[in-house]
Amino acid sequence: MDLELIKTIGWILVKIVAIIVPVILTIVYLMYFERKVIGFMQARVGPNRVGYRGLLQPWADGIKLLFKEVLVPSSSNKYLFIVAPMITMAAAMAAWAVVPFGTGLVLANINAGVLYILAVMSLGVYGVIIAGWASNSKYAFLGALRCSAQMISYEIAMGFALVGVLMAAGSLNLTEIVMAQQGGFWHWYWIPLLPLFVVHWVSSVAETNRAPFDIAEGESEIVAGFHVEYSGMAFAVFFLAEYANMILLALLAAIFYMGGWLSPFEGIPYLGQWFAFVPGPIWLILKTCLFLFLYLWFRATFPRFRYDQVMRLGWKVYIPVTLVWIVVVALLVQFKIGPWFS
Amino acid sequence: MAEIKTYTMNFGPQHPAAHGVLRLVLELDGETVVRADPHVGLLHRGTEKLAETKPYNQSIGYMDRLDYVSMMCNEHGYVLAMEKLLGIEAPIRAQYIRTMFDEITRILNHLLWLGAHGLDIGAMTVLLYTFREREDLMDIYEAVSGARMHATYYRPGGVHRDIPDQMPQYDPKQFTKSQEKWRNANRQGSVLDFIWDFTERFPKCVDEYETLLSDNRIWKQRTVGIGVVSPERAVALGFTGPMLRGSGIAWDLRKKQPYAAYDQMEFDIPVGKNGDSYDRYLVRVEEMRQSNKIIRQCVKWLRENPGPVMINDHKVVPPKRDVMKNSMEALIHHFKLFTEGMCIPAGEAYAAIEHPKGEFGVYLVSDGANKPYRLKVRAAGFAHLSALDEMARGHMLADVVALIGTQDIVFGEIDR
Repeated sequence: MDLELIKTIGWILVKIVAIIVPVILTIVYLMYFERKVIGFMQARVGPNRVGYRGLLQPWADGIKLLFKEVLVPSSSNKYLFIVAPMITMAAAMAAWAVVPFGTGLVLANINAGVLYILAVMSLGVYGVIIAGWASNSKYAFLGALRCSAQMISYEIAMGFALVGVLMAAGSLNLTEIVMAQQGGFWHWYWIPLLPLFVVHWVSSVAETNRAPFDIAEGESEIVAGFHVEYSGMAFAVFFLAEYANMILLALLAAIFYMGGWLSPFEGIPYLGQWFAFVPGPIWLILKTCLFLFLYLWFRATFPRFRYDQVMRLGWKVYIPVTLVWIVVVALLVQFKIGPWFS
Repeated sequence: MAEIKTYTMNFGPQHPAAHGVLRLVLELDGETVVRADPHVGLLHRGTEKLAETKPYNQSIGYMDRLDYVSMMCNEHGYVLAMEKLLGIEAPIRAQYIRTMFDEITRILNHLLWLGAHGLDIGAMTVLLYTFREREDLMDIYEAVSGARMHATYYRPGGVHRDIPDQMPQYDPKQFTKSQEKWRNANRQGSVLDFIWDFTERFPKCVDEYETLLSDNRIWKQRTVGIGVVSPERAVALGFTGPMLRGSGIAWDLRKKQPYAAYDQMEFDIPVGKNGDSYDRYLVRVEEMRQSNKIIRQCVKWLRENPGPVMINDHKVVPPKRDVMKNSMEALIHHFKLFTEGMCIPAGEAYAAIEHPKGEFGVYLVSDGANKPYRLKVRAAGFAHLSALDEMARGHMLADVVALIGTQDIVFGEIDR
């Protein structure tokens, strides 16, 4: 065996671990954070028993789920039933490969990064559909149907929103998209692409099946949707995948529209220099947290959409909006308008 | 093309939106409801039959457990029926206390309904907000009766006892100094002071719920035009209460056949226009504000007019304990009442009150014994649930949940 090859593979494995471990830690504490934030919004305190201020709560939950039996319904397709959560989890994790955390801080700096992410995220739907199908339960099946329809329609809206970003940045590479936004707060794409930004963000919420688009889970209608028959770790894996997707999409929103790891004070006299020492990834984390907070805020505030209303919103509102704005972006780029495209 | 058949789905009784134990057999075409078939009886406890086996007063507690979110209103219906047969009337102060507690109960019920309805449609924060206020109301229940829910406070001939002069306070040992001070701040005076303080705060709380829902686009999309019932159909289906008023018919027993002290009260009856879920939501929210107004009028009156809260007829009401120790007659009365119970003259009576959910009626037949010959409870929810099929047809699965919410169904009273 070639020593060089082993070295390369080893190095990649180290990088994978260096990404996966923090991501899982973030997921764990996002759960805690969610319960705390929603707790405070609902005039209660949230978990505060396990560990200092409940900080160990997610671990307790995890251990509990780990020791629970994974019940496989007798009339289900047992093989697919077990495989489904794995597919969802694998897709949720694989997308992280192309995410840059700073200049050069990326596992695979491929030049079709955006396409890769879209492709891998679509694969996640298979896990959901298979889970709903294999459970052999009407509720699960309804949930899977809703979920697949919803994810496909919002993927289109999101894809179109990203077309705008691609045209603006002139690249499919995530690092280059961020670099194209250099020059301070008002150079970021959220200003010229504001409608796309909104559509993209709402689609992100819909993509992850979070409230108010959580019709695939629809707790009060179809109980828990596609994972109604899952228990123990199989359920936890779905849960982890959902949160991994949330973090990923929050991060992508920051990268596409909010200048990724660029400092918001860039180009401002004094402030820019004072904050120059802050490393890029910190800014990226802060921006991601902002979007993650929005997720939780939505969940505490909004009622749930109905299935057909979600579809109507996606097809009849968002897709036309993105189409129109793509034309506007094309004109902006063509005539080099504003500080963004000069 | 192959013919696509509808399929049936079992919705409940173990379902988060089944409001207890509703079992719905749904026939679905995709997600559209073709037929909704409610199955009831899973919470049947035989209340009516049980009442035939025990002295009259012992059934008051069962009435609490009929519609277990509007306890005192159920008691009121039963007690009124008994009073009608006995030909007695509660003292005026007891009438006002009953009016006040009926309205407190109405708010209790509507708060739970609002929270549950919100939760059904996915807005979970409202539930927590409404439970915050319910807590205070339950404390009021506890202060007068000792029980937070199943009060057994109304008795034939009045109410169990007068409203206490001291509002119970939180135990200082359980809290830090500042916490205790804040928690007990509005509990320094009498129970009436506490109720007054609540009525001062409450309209703002209702505003808070409304900011979350009333103008929320998603909320409107989920409720406007869902489960429309025309005024004619609403009458034909036997709707009462907010379900009927939501369809635009101003029928309210508090105005049409005043009982207790309602003829002295000043309040409005909100009615809807379109008869959809959104209108029923608005009607109930406005009813909470009106109830608040009635409670304030009652508190004002009760502060100024002390008096007895029970009649002085010892054939119905047990004598005071100290009198009993000295008077032979009182002792006999006491003994008779607590062994045999009271006997109600033969006859039959129907008493109905405006329960938070609609008309709650009690039909009582007596053969002159110490137990009812027959007791029939007319529960509002039963008629409403019967209309679920008509309301749900053509809507989607998610709307069925919204409809169960808008009907304000509680299985304690439907299954009885």
